[in-house]
Amino acid sequence: MTVNEKTYTVPTMADMAASGEAPEILFWVGCAGSFDDRYKRVTIAFVRILNHVGIKFAVLGPEEACTGDPARRAGNEFLFQMQAMSNIQVLNGYNVKKIVTACPHCFNTLKNEYPELGGNYEVIHHSQFLQGLIDEGRVKVEGGQSFKGRKITFHDSCYLGRANKVYEAPREVLAALDADLVEMKRVRANGLCCGAGGGQYFKEPEPGSKDVNVERIEEALATGADTIAVACPFCMTMMSDGVKNKNREDSVRVFDVSELIAQGQGL
Amino acid sequence: MEIVQQILFIAALAATAWFITGRVKLIAKAIRLGRAENRFDHADERLKTMLLVAFGQKKMFTNLLVGVMHFVIYAGFIIINIEILEIILDGILGTHRLFAPIITPIYPVLIDVFEVLAFGVLAVCVVFLCRRFIARVSRLQASRHRELRGWPISDATIILTAEIVLMIAFLTWNAADSVLRDRGVGHYGELQGVVPDFLVSQYLKPLFTGFSDTALVAYERTAWWLHILGILAFAIYVTYSKHLHIALGFPNVYFSDLQPKGEMQNMPEITKEVQLALGLPVTTEPDGSQANDNGEQPAEIGRFGAKDVEDLKWINLMNAYSCTECGRCTAACPANITGKKLSPRKIMMDTRDRLEDIQKGWKTNGPDYKDDKSLLGDYITAEELNACTTCQACVNACPININPLDIILQLRRYRVMEESEAPASWNAMFSNIENNMAPWKFSPSDRFNWAEQVNEPLTK
Ligand code: SF4
Ligand code: SF4
Repeated sequence: MTVNEKTYTVPTMADMAASGEAPEILFWVGCAGSFDDRYKRVTIAFVRILNHVGIKFAVLGPEEACTGDPARRAGNEFLFQMQAMSNIQVLNGYNVKKIVTACPHCFNTLKNEYPELGGNYEVIHHSQFLQGLIDEGRVKVEGGQSFKGRKITFHDSCYLGRANKVYEAPREVLAALDADLVEMKRVRANGLCCGAGGGQYFKEPEPGSKDVNVERIEEALATGADTIAVACPFCMTMMSDGVKNKNREDSVRVFDVSELIAQGQGL
Repeated sequence: MEIVQQILFIAALAATAWFITGRVKLIAKAIRLGRAENRFDHADERLKTMLLVAFGQKKMFTNLLVGVMHFVIYAGFIIINIEILEIILDGILGTHRLFAPIITPIYPVLIDVFEVLAFGVLAVCVVFLCRRFIARVSRLQASRHRELRGWPISDATIILTAEIVLMIAFLTWNAADSVLRDRGVGHYGELQGVVPDFLVSQYLKPLFTGFSDTALVAYERTAWWLHILGILAFAIYVTYSKHLHIALGFPNVYFSDLQPKGEMQNMPEITKEVQLALGLPVTTEPDGSQANDNGEQPAEIGRFGAKDVEDLKWINLMNAYSCTECGRCTAACPANITGKKLSPRKIMMDTRDRLEDIQKGWKTNGPDYKDDKSLLGDYITAEELNACTTCQACVNACPININPLDIILQLRRYRVMEESEAPASWNAMFSNIENNMAPWKFSPSDRFNWAEQVNEPLTK
């Protein structure tokens, strides 16, 4: 393990509770953020930002479980509610008030669907949280990589955008990078899905003329951007696969908004 | 002679009213097949939505040109109803331009407005036909969208052509009427000095200068009858057509979903099961009310999810009757764009077809008749359902707030929970969530392993 001069820590709720403390926010990591090798880097980038600005946060760690979103959308309501109610027991047990998550699916489910089952929290997507930090001046993009002159395009995730009308926060975060933000043909409320939502990520697509992520990546590449910014683990995989499909992985990279901020800060 | 016309007119009016009442009752009965759901809450917000989206046609204006064109037809439709009032009264009373002597100063202004709108409607209908058949707008092509084959395309063509004929009848009728007035023929002449030439029809008068008085009266009467009978026939036709949206669009928007688009509706009947399974106190009854502790079995629980129209909610069924088959949903659907069988418009049309087929069954086999078909399987296939990414693009695109996704998700629930029919890899995902608390086959104890890497340099 190479240790940087800075050391980042990841406290768990259990640790905090044991020492009688309560964090300002709970960072809900999500399954992809915990297990997917690519998305783990996003989790880490976000954790470094949280460390850097000195926010008192905690994660559930091993106590976290899938929110149940893919099960619910695939039609398995029973499994969804089992997950939801167990999670709610844990969250309420720790008296959680405020949750930040980097996954729009977790965000939507925790925010809109848990309340009816007894889980009421203030739920924030990490792009909104980052926007807040930037607005307050707590995050300044300097000291790291410069984005001047680079073309970035943002892919709206359905569960952040259309589902919850969060369109501006990720764009404002990107604006802080001083890069050249270019928009695709279908954006915001008209954005095109990456093809992974509603359980599609977990099965082969139905027969058709092409895969949805290929259609979307063609639109993204048409902007001439060298960086495709995403704010969702599923979009991340689908867009990266699309770039590979087009053999453009040498010239075009896919990053989460929090990774770009972390890079800009040299974290 | 006049009295014969009056009797015929009243008969036509009564027949239309009788016919439409029958249709309305049947459609209302079909919509009531759906499950109960309260859409009478938040009246303020609903009213506001209806004013913006239905009356204001807000979502139509995402494409400005199409928005303006549709608005012309819409305004024409609303405003021309005032003119129809006069026509109907004239028909019943055997009068001619009843309102002219009563509201003399504003009468010509009104007719001028009607004429301009009529001309606008005519022009827009021609453009719409061109968009379908010459410019070949993709979402309206049967070659590209199988749900449009046959009746739906004819339906659209019939409506546009009928509107053109009706507007021509109205304008030429006014022109012939003006010529008769100028010549001082019979009661037409009485309006000399009361009614001037009108804005559009004055240019059509030269068409009639060669006509004899008798021929002109014959034309005037024919055009008048054609116009009004056309409108009555249209009113009946509408109840069989996608054009029902001119009436149902308004309540449909009023009762539309108010929650965030990404929120899936809860199933309280499952909440109870889960609470029992987890050993938690049961807090809700299947109908969403608070539990009573006397251990009584709650009222019969329907199916989990939807197999047929009666498992859907009434609003889903009203949605189906309101759909204009415009295909904006399908044009925005990522599955459809990439060649999958799923088309949200087809989901709505299938639902309506199913309801109409049930109605036909009622007619021939009595009011409680039920065939052995179902929406799922006989109309909508698993392949279509499985292709949906739940992206809500269809919900967003619909100009009258129809929600095709809601139907798709309810049908999925039935397939998974009642039939245990999910794609194998979904079943694997389910069991992973159940056993490993994540959709992948990782050990739950490894969930926090990422934290060991927070201080390692990130590979770029
Ligand atoms: S929610 Fe489903 S049906 Fe609607 S546009 Fe998206 S993929 Fe198509
Ligand atoms: S559901 Fe809405 S968008 Fe789709 S065809 Fe019907 S009216 Fe048009």
